[in-house]
Amino acid sequence: MILATGEVLSHKKYGEHFHSLTIVAPEIGATIKPGQFVNVRCGDNRATILRRPFSVYRVHKRGGWASTIEIVFDIRGPGSKYLSELRGHATVDLLGPLGRGFQLPKRRAHCLLVGGGIGATPLFFLADELRNEGHRVDVILGARDVGLLLNPIEVRRLASVSVTTTEDGSAGERGRVTDVLAETIERCSTEVVYTCGPHPMLAAVARIATEHKIPVQVAVEELMACGYGVCMTCVMPLRRKAKKDESPEDAIVYARSCTEGPVFNGANVIWNGSDEVVASPDQSELTPASVPAARSALVDPDDEFAPPGN
Amino acid sequence: MTKIPVLLGAVELTNPVLVASGTFGAGREPAPLVDVAKLGGIIVKSMTVVPWKGKPTPRMAETPSGMLNAIGIQNKGVDHFVTEDLPWLVKHKATVFASIAGNTVDEFVRVADKLRTARGIAAVEVNISCPNLEDRNNMFSHSVEATAAVVGQVKAALKRIPVFPKLSPNVTSLTAIADAALGAGADGLSLINTVFGMAIDVETRRPKLAGTTGGLSGPAIRPIAVRAVHEIHRAFPHVPLIGQGGVANATDALELILAGATAVAVGTANFVNPRASLDVIDGIAAYMERHGVSDISELVGAVKLEG
Repeated sequence: MILATGEVLSHKKYGEHFHSLTIVAPEIGATIKPGQFVNVRCGDNRATILRRPFSVYRVHKRGGWASTIEIVFDIRGPGSKYLSELRGHATVDLLGPLGRGFQLPKRRAHCLLVGGGIGATPLFFLADELRNEGHRVDVILGARDVGLLLNPIEVRRLASVSVTTTEDGSAGERGRVTDVLAETIERCSTEVVYTCGPHPMLAAVARIATEHKIPVQVAVEELMACGYGVCMTCVMPLRRKAKKDESPEDAIVYARSCTEGPVFNGANVIWNGSDEVVASPDQSELTPASVPAARSALVDPDDEFAPPGN
Repeated sequence: MTKIPVLLGAVELTNPVLVASGTFGAGREPAPLVDVAKLGGIIVKSMTVVPWKGKPTPRMAETPSGMLNAIGIQNKGVDHFVTEDLPWLVKHKATVFASIAGNTVDEFVRVADKLRTARGIAAVEVNISCPNLEDRNNMFSHSVEATAAVVGQVKAALKRIPVFPKLSPNVTSLTAIADAALGAGADGLSLINTVFGMAIDVETRRPKLAGTTGGLSGPAIRPIAVRAVHEIHRAFPHVPLIGQGGVANATDALELILAGATAVAVGTANFVNPRASLDVIDGIAAYMERHGVSDISELVGAVKLEG
């Protein structure tokens, strides 16, 4: 974790809704991993004091775009609006890399990435890293309508099999990502699932993957104030193995999305504890559109309850 | 390292800038960015006699120039603090203010009992903004009697360790509560805890916090803190005060010092800038140089009220 002043290299848009900022931030770009996030100060507005968390869409470590990170976001409030108006050479105050990212498989594996709406953001960075390490990448990309699909052309380029769903049928198959998930898992001989999107979607993806006995890593969105483990606002209820003489209720812990997460083992998350009360829409820009580890031979057993190592 | 030595009652500090409870953990998470030895002190996250899970989410809502929180003092308990956090803080030469909480007087006392024999605690802040299960969940800090009961028994349990009850501003007479705390043996006072608030999402018509109401913090509450410190310093001029509430920079800190605080604590600003407290220390030193002040105690309560 460092504090860095980044410089905006470029602003562009993906489709109608999504803004992209490519930011020169060498110290962060060099070490950040897929699923980790940055917490960005959005101007000197004394009314909205908190940083906004953003997962990273892509990192350019080499070439003319070296040491840059690209964040992608939609406008949800004053913070993201401020960022959407930044252009080349503007400076941004960044805190990162934050959180625990996705665990990559330890041996060659068939990976299925499932993204919903803007939640697909960190899956692009993940897909790049998985492909670099020789894993097979398949993708299911879903959204309410075609305008809310994040960069579907790029998805077709980087995925062996790509499936698109929209709820209104304006692109790909009509329906939700979970409607095609089971058949895609079978068709692609999927061995590990990575997913990011709205919590009800994550809950459904985690359930289906777990039914197929496949490890599933979910990147959650929770409201957060600090992003580095001190404020305790961004917790997710997790189920851990009950110790001797412990009731099942005692084996539920609130883990910080910013430090133990934002990537959790989807099988351990207690979804109905969190999707009953969801962040109100005007607060939702305080969640990272991003970010579990599964107990299997493919990925390490997680120590989600350990304090961050320092 | 900037040295602005100050005596907070019997507690010697290298500078008057602390970090507020619940905004800095027990120092480990910010450690990659902050040398904890450089701070005047760390008021750690409140601890309870057994681990508390805290409240469901959402626990936070941003509000104009501030934020509401309803965390429910999620913490791993006093035993974890004593065996894991405290040795780390001592090793890293932090000045440690332990913050204790509970739902009954007995729970406070049991935490205090465990801290009495621990090595490396400079002082104890008593978080009495907790629901009192023995009084229909009224907060201890809202009652003269409950404040006196907790402070008196905690002080008796801690013996020589200085005790700073943290008072709530949500009361009719802060002076009456402060008087009760001091009468019960408090060595100083911490002012202020968060201000009660609530926010509603008009689309869903639900409270923005799962806990319905929460504590407001950040720059929005600073004038309330300045007033509270001023009021209590005028009433009890010799009592050491820790001023806190919306301090984000040196100017904010100096405002509280001029109102009567001997030390200040940086809170919500840590969420935005983990190094905010270090900037405050440097800023105070620069102010003192600019104004020819050699001893910061000259500034405590030095607000000019006439002329």
